[in-house]
Amino acid sequence: MEVKTASFEKLATPATTTVSGAEAVIKCLLEEGVETIYGYPGGAIMPVYDELYKYQNKIHHVLTRHEQGATHAAQGFARVTGKVGVAMATSGPGATNLVTGIADAQIDSTPLVCITGQVGSHLLGSDAFQETDIVGISTPITKWNYQITKAEEIPEIIARAFYIARSGRPGPVLIDITKDAQFASLEFSYKKCSGIRSYKPEPEISMPQLEKAAEAINSAKKPFIVFGQGVILGAAEKLLKQLVEKTGIPAAWTILGLSALPTDHPLNVGMVGMHGNYAPNMLTNECDVLIAIGMRFDDRVTGNLEKYAKQAKVIHFEIDPAEIDKNVKADVPVLGNVKKTLALLLELVEGNKHEAWHQEFKDLYKIEYDKIIKNDLNAERGKIGMAEVIDEINTCSKGDAVIVSDVGQHQMVACRYSKFNQTRSKVTSGGLGTMGFALPAAIGAKMGAPNREVVAIIGDGGYQMTIQELGTIFQTKTPVKIVILNNGFLGMVRQWQQLFFDKRYASTEMVNPDFVTIAKGYHIKTNQVTERAQLAEAVKEMMESKEAYFLEVKVEQEENVFPMVPTGAAVSEILLE
Amino acid sequence: MEKKNYTVSIYTENNVGLLSRIAAIFLKRHINIESVTVSKSEVEGVMRFIIVVQVTEEQVQKVVKQIEKQIEVIKAFYHTDEEMIYQETALYKVNSEEFVEDMSIQDFIKETNARIVTVTQKFFVIEKTGKRSETDSLYEKLKPYGLMQFVRSGTIAVTKNEMPISNILKQFDTTN
Repeated sequence: MEVKTASFEKLATPATTTVSGAEAVIKCLLEEGVETIYGYPGGAIMPVYDELYKYQNKIHHVLTRHEQGATHAAQGFARVTGKVGVAMATSGPGATNLVTGIADAQIDSTPLVCITGQVGSHLLGSDAFQETDIVGISTPITKWNYQITKAEEIPEIIARAFYIARSGRPGPVLIDITKDAQFASLEFSYKKCSGIRSYKPEPEISMPQLEKAAEAINSAKKPFIVFGQGVILGAAEKLLKQLVEKTGIPAAWTILGLSALPTDHPLNVGMVGMHGNYAPNMLTNECDVLIAIGMRFDDRVTGNLEKYAKQAKVIHFEIDPAEIDKNVKADVPVLGNVKKTLALLLELVEGNKHEAWHQEFKDLYKIEYDKIIKNDLNAERGKIGMAEVIDEINTCSKGDAVIVSDVGQHQMVACRYSKFNQTRSKVTSGGLGTMGFALPAAIGAKMGAPNREVVAIIGDGGYQMTIQELGTIFQTKTPVKIVILNNGFLGMVRQWQQLFFDKRYASTEMVNPDFVTIAKGYHIKTNQVTERAQLAEAVKEMMESKEAYFLEVKVEQEENVFPMVPTGAAVSEILLE
Repeated sequence: MEKKNYTVSIYTENNVGLLSRIAAIFLKRHINIESVTVSKSEVEGVMRFIIVVQVTEEQVQKVVKQIEKQIEVIKAFYHTDEEMIYQETALYKVNSEEFVEDMSIQDFIKETNARIVTVTQKFFVIEKTGKRSETDSLYEKLKPYGLMQFVRSGTIAVTKNEMPISNILKQFDTTN
């Protein structure tokens, strides 16, 4: 089934070796510095797996228990390392099982290369066994995708895939390779991709725009910074810190911006958005200049757009031109990688202090502390609260752990209360809100940061969506720490039912299995806490464990997460109770 | 904001799958595509899409940015009708009996500068190229005679002002 074309013969250089398409895939991954990939074998990808067997000393393939787990693990890996995560699956159901992870990576700008096997090219379109049009299916949720039907396309296309995934605003790329292209041979040589003529990863930086931005910042009386993941993706954390310290501007973060600035930094004023902190939400509608850095004004951040920061001049630092004016009109858009634009901005801004303005944040924090935080952290009666568990983890981690969270109430609590000293410490599904993300993502995060403690904080609902990945943890002996905050409900949905649907708890109560027994079945160390008095010791034991550890905490069943910006309300209409 | 006709011109690499990638951007925002044509452009190896949509200017601005973000899209523009020279081609298949019996059809053809493409014993085919209103008006005139078939192409259009695409491509060539 050899496919050789004239153009390929012409391109071949003396430095090549003849290999199969399948082997070429592995050689490309090695050229890109890939050491770990996550996947699941099957018919149409078997030639590549056969090569993985031969190259097992050079490339570590992690067999997840479901292809969705492979994408989330690759995402976790990418989020803590900044490298491209790689997931692999077979055709048909293998490929469609990747879809949720790909969509998650697309909306959260996570660099991912997904490789899928496809039926032989002579069978394409014939509804062959395990044939799905994964290129068609994944088109709206990928930064780029491509189907390879000829072996000689493999090196150039995979080089492009990695370049596209990691450059500019990162994102997921899917490469579908027909089985005959895996079997056919080619003369292999590899050249990393350094540019594509139709693709401009980073827009040009406009100095006049930067000067306008600096002027607005310098003359502002109540400037306010909101930063997002762009700061982390651009590796601009130090610049952000310098900017904040030089200008004295209070800075708040979006959920994906968390850990870009240490949480205990004096000018870090907390989280914006639906369950963010009181002060940054209230004062978004008080500031005179809103400086948005590497964030995209998601609806969970802005609440009602008609009432969002209308009084403020908006400066938007952003790498993706499509984000400018998408949700919030920017008075001064500053395009470019924030690593470059913030460096230039730093030269243009004047040193300042905004003590009176900063004091307004502190005053509102005091209100939130008295009304919410104090009770969340120091409850004495009733069942354990979610925040208390996070607080105990902080005590042990001293802010140096990677915290992976799933989606729901526990996620909001984990974001509100976790302490971080270093960047790339918080991994969660932000834009897509994918329940089931955390357990597999924690596996990838631990493999990407083996010297850091990785704690997955998961609700009892999301946990059961990817619970099978306990098998991956067991097989790979990956020492992740798993904390289940079990309230026996799909808590966030239940909270909404309570507040907005007259407590009609439709299908949110969960009759759960014995989670401890299940974890024991995978030979993972376990513990269960039901009483407050046991909590500190149990968390400590878990954090000190050298092996994977499963801790179930039975928490208050009907706890609500506050503050809260109800749907349709302005951020300044945030509720404290 | 008022909805208007906008012509979106997209210069792209010649790649399978790009049409569905671009169509998906409109679909995601629930925007109905009025017409679409794809052809080669003035630049060798570069394709040009002409997509007509009826939206607000804000919508078309956002869509064009999303289109331009696609890896294989070189450049995308949007224009109002006033900024474009645009044409559509329509074909009308009419029963020959009607044609022979009623001379007024021949008058329409002359008046509207339409052209007879084919004549057979059973039918003849008229072609009319022009603005939507012109092909529509001929359609209305021929309809009473029993149109056997009618089909109209998507809009093709060129801008009145210069398109900077050739310069953009030159820049790519020198930077890479």
